[in-house]
Amino acid sequence: MGFQGFVPFGLWNWLLLLVALKCSEASSDMNEFTNSTAQREPNVQFAAASSEPDEKIAVFALDYDYVQIPYEVTLWILLASLAKIGFHLYHRLPGLMPESCLLITVGALVGAIIFGTDHKSPPVMDSSIYFLYLLPPIVLEGGYFMPTRPFFENIGSILWWACLGALINAFGIGLSLYLICQIKAFGLSDVNLLQNLLFGSLISAVDPVAVLAVFEEARVNEPLYMMIFGEALLNDGITVVLYNILIAFTKMHKFEAIEPVDILAGCARFVIVGVGGVFFGIIFGFISAFITRFTQNISAIEPLIVFMFSYLSYLAAETLYLSGILAITACAVTMKKYVEENVSQTSYTTIKYFMKMLSSVSETLIFIFMGVSTVGKNHEWNWAFICFTLAFCQIWRAISVFALFYVSNQFRTYPFSIKDQCVIFYSGVRGAGSFSLAFLLPLSLFPRKKMFVTATLVVTYFTVFIQGITIGPLVRYLDVKKTNKKESINEELHIRLMDHLKAGIEDVCGQWSHYQVRDKFKKFDHRYLRKILIRKNLPKSSIVSLYKKLEMKQAIEMVETGMLSSTAFSVPHQAQRIQGTKRLSPEDVESMRDLLTHNMYQVRQRTPSYNKYSLKPQTSEKQAKEILIRRQNTLRESMRKGHSLPWGKPAGTKNIRYLSFPYGDPQPARRDRRAAEFTDNDSSDSEFPSITFNVHSRTGLLQDRHLTQEIIPMKSLHRGRRPSDFSYQRQRSREEHVGGGRRAALRPKPLFHAVDEEYESEEESEQDVSVIGSRQSPEHRPSREHYKSHSPLLRRK
Amino acid sequence: MGAAHSASEEVRELVGKTGFSSDQIEQLHRRFKQLSGDQPTIRKENFNNVPDLELNPIRSKIVRAFFDNRNLRKGPSGLADEINFEDFLTIMSYFRPIDIAMDEEQVQLCRKEKLRFLFHMYDSDSDGRITLEEYRNVVEELLSGNPHIEKESARSIADGAMMEAASVCVGQMEPDQVYEGITFDDFLKIWQGIDIETKMHVRFLNVETMALCH
Repeated sequence: MGFQGFVPFGLWNWLLLLVALKCSEASSDMNEFTNSTAQREPNVQFAAASSEPDEKIAVFALDYDYVQIPYEVTLWILLASLAKIGFHLYHRLPGLMPESCLLITVGALVGAIIFGTDHKSPPVMDSSIYFLYLLPPIVLEGGYFMPTRPFFENIGSILWWACLGALINAFGIGLSLYLICQIKAFGLSDVNLLQNLLFGSLISAVDPVAVLAVFEEARVNEPLYMMIFGEALLNDGITVVLYNILIAFTKMHKFEAIEPVDILAGCARFVIVGVGGVFFGIIFGFISAFITRFTQNISAIEPLIVFMFSYLSYLAAETLYLSGILAITACAVTMKKYVEENVSQTSYTTIKYFMKMLSSVSETLIFIFMGVSTVGKNHEWNWAFICFTLAFCQIWRAISVFALFYVSNQFRTYPFSIKDQCVIFYSGVRGAGSFSLAFLLPLSLFPRKKMFVTATLVVTYFTVFIQGITIGPLVRYLDVKKTNKKESINEELHIRLMDHLKAGIEDVCGQWSHYQVRDKFKKFDHRYLRKILIRKNLPKSSIVSLYKKLEMKQAIEMVETGMLSSTAFSVPHQAQRIQGTKRLSPEDVESMRDLLTHNMYQVRQRTPSYNKYSLKPQTSEKQAKEILIRRQNTLRESMRKGHSLPWGKPAGTKNIRYLSFPYGDPQPARRDRRAAEFTDNDSSDSEFPSITFNVHSRTGLLQDRHLTQEIIPMKSLHRGRRPSDFSYQRQRSREEHVGGGRRAALRPKPLFHAVDEEYESEEESEQDVSVIGSRQSPEHRPSREHYKSHSPLLRRK
Repeated sequence: MGAAHSASEEVRELVGKTGFSSDQIEQLHRRFKQLSGDQPTIRKENFNNVPDLELNPIRSKIVRAFFDNRNLRKGPSGLADEINFEDFLTIMSYFRPIDIAMDEEQVQLCRKEKLRFLFHMYDSDSDGRITLEEYRNVVEELLSGNPHIEKESARSIADGAMMEAASVCVGQMEPDQVYEGITFDDFLKIWQGIDIETKMHVRFLNVETMALCH
């Protein structure tokens, strides 16, 4: 079963465990010593190179006490991280069980050690630490990485399911348990209704994101995925709100004095807390998006702004007793779209990774603490309560799922099948949330707190291990409708067309369709919000930068082979062909699909592969790196060969059009002018491709060119997407060298050789501007003619 | 009285012809009257009265589809100037949900009809093939919603799609071979994997006649 994977994991962990053991032993021993050596302290300070064993040990004890808490916390986190590494070493494991299984196991192990060595664990968790420090990162990460479009497509169902589901579960479980408690035989009669309701609310906090990784293996369809994701997102918020309200009720002491007015007030409070939180979040999101508009020059503080504003939204909402969780979620969702466009590439990456890291740390700590609490004497085992809790959790979840989905299916275009509903039912895995809330129950109000904690632990362990491990096989067994991962542009196109067609027909019929709402929002967004919140001079769509990148890739290919790459349509007068371009490569398909999806406002047909515990490596980054590497290779070769490239051919060659890099010294004025024109073109011509490359040639002496040139127009053009930034900066210098000889004879074709006549005519005007040296001019004429001749596709009609 | 009587006869006739239920026909008739301004026929200009259709990127194609003689089953090509209610229903019938009660053959037939409707949307010059130019046209329209997409990208996508279609339908091509365009059979081949039945239908039960506003 891949033991070799486990061995390093085991070794490292055993090592760490031994260290931990030693420390804890040492510290427990040392604690005694500190007391005894307290009197010796003054002596210790005077002792220089003391040979007395007492003084040495005394010093050590003081130090350990000093660092105990952070030391142990760090050890825990490290331990969990190593365990995760081991977990992922065996690659099939993440698909079999959720990662929370692993974390809990590690936590239990640590707990066992601590219990075994009779060591007092550091007080990691109390109410304020949890709510102020541990919870916000987890929620922030959930909100930030939420795939917005599918979320809003399904928002009706998600809200319906998440809110009502949580409420039904909470009250159902609470009430049923109360009824059970009434039965004298179980010895639970001192647990009153409010306590049961509170317990119900905290036990219904599910964390199904943990199973999403398992789902990914099975590639379940997108709406299902979104339901679970949405539930996870909103569930925390709702549960905490409910919890707080019920705690407030409990504090009222006089149970009998609760009148219907209070209950109504509670309900109203519930709504206000929820909506108010979201409102706060949105405001803070807009503010932070607005601020990132101005941070070009100090990009180092961009992540700071993002995090601080999110956290601030949480705190501000909490101040007013609104739901901080919903606030931070709303903030993240709002902020993401605009911030992503405004911040630099490195900030973007930093934000993502830091967010993952923070939430990972929080969650790890909570799980470990849970494990620590498991092994110990703080339990009260009551068979009846625990068994019934387990039973009711499942029963009520089933009831809520099937009832609520039955209703919402009436309004959905694509209803959820029974299989889907079964999967949703089974994915009710509890997580860190419910444990934390149970742990933080005030003992004064809950004399039987230990029982609650035990029950929560049992439910969590049961759901995480048993349900978590078996949900994968279940999904495969039920053969839940898979997402059809299309590799084909055609299918994408057709489906999009059909969606629009359907919307159109619905409009003609007079049927209300939710596309309209989305379209209206998009219009509003484009017209007002983006103007305020996004930096100027950005290509307003990532498509442009994506497209440029692909063009560059194409250009590089052509540079390398010296020929145009071929397709099934190409004119046969090419001497060589590049193999493998007959079929679209997956990246091209991917990029095209991105193009289509970003601009056609439709439901993506793929499963968003969201993994809570890791970030997908960006394929675009890989692409950029590849471009860079290939570029460098090519140019190194060209340097060696000494410009004896196929570029030397005057006829039958095209110009490579490169992005205009201001070279600086010899012709700064020219450069600036061109740059100015460039940006003018950019802003004025919205429909004309801002990819109008300008051709440069430098007549020698390019080797002197230095990297320190500023890429003014480049930067302004390429803010949008990530890898372009760094790759273009490097390529600058290369380009200059390349231009040394003749200008490369290839025109970078837009992806599939569609030569546009309009494009050409515009190009010519551009070329007038861009002509620098006299060498340029003779080149241009043959090339111009060549453009017109090379239009294989246009000829076909 | 007489008018009502003949109206219900007409309705029954239409029920037979198009397969809609009489309720649906009543509703659609009301909508038709709204669109046409109580005239017996609709022209292209009447579709301007549907405000939300403006937002639709393929608006012109949709409107055109209503007047396409091939969809109306009146001829192999060309556009009608105006359509009456029966034609309106004919077009709408392409969007009827596929009845679960139908047998396999009928389902296939329905599917083919729907796909044919789609094919006609692409093939604007009615030559039976979707050429590259037409494909490009479609993609440009689809992407026209976003003002910042250049035409180049749209064209590239269309070209890529065409290339793909060529490889699916024809397989490996000789260097000199020219791919003329996608015929209807090729189109069917492309659509084999996708289930059009669940996608291309409109629920006619909840039609509310919205007030048309300018």
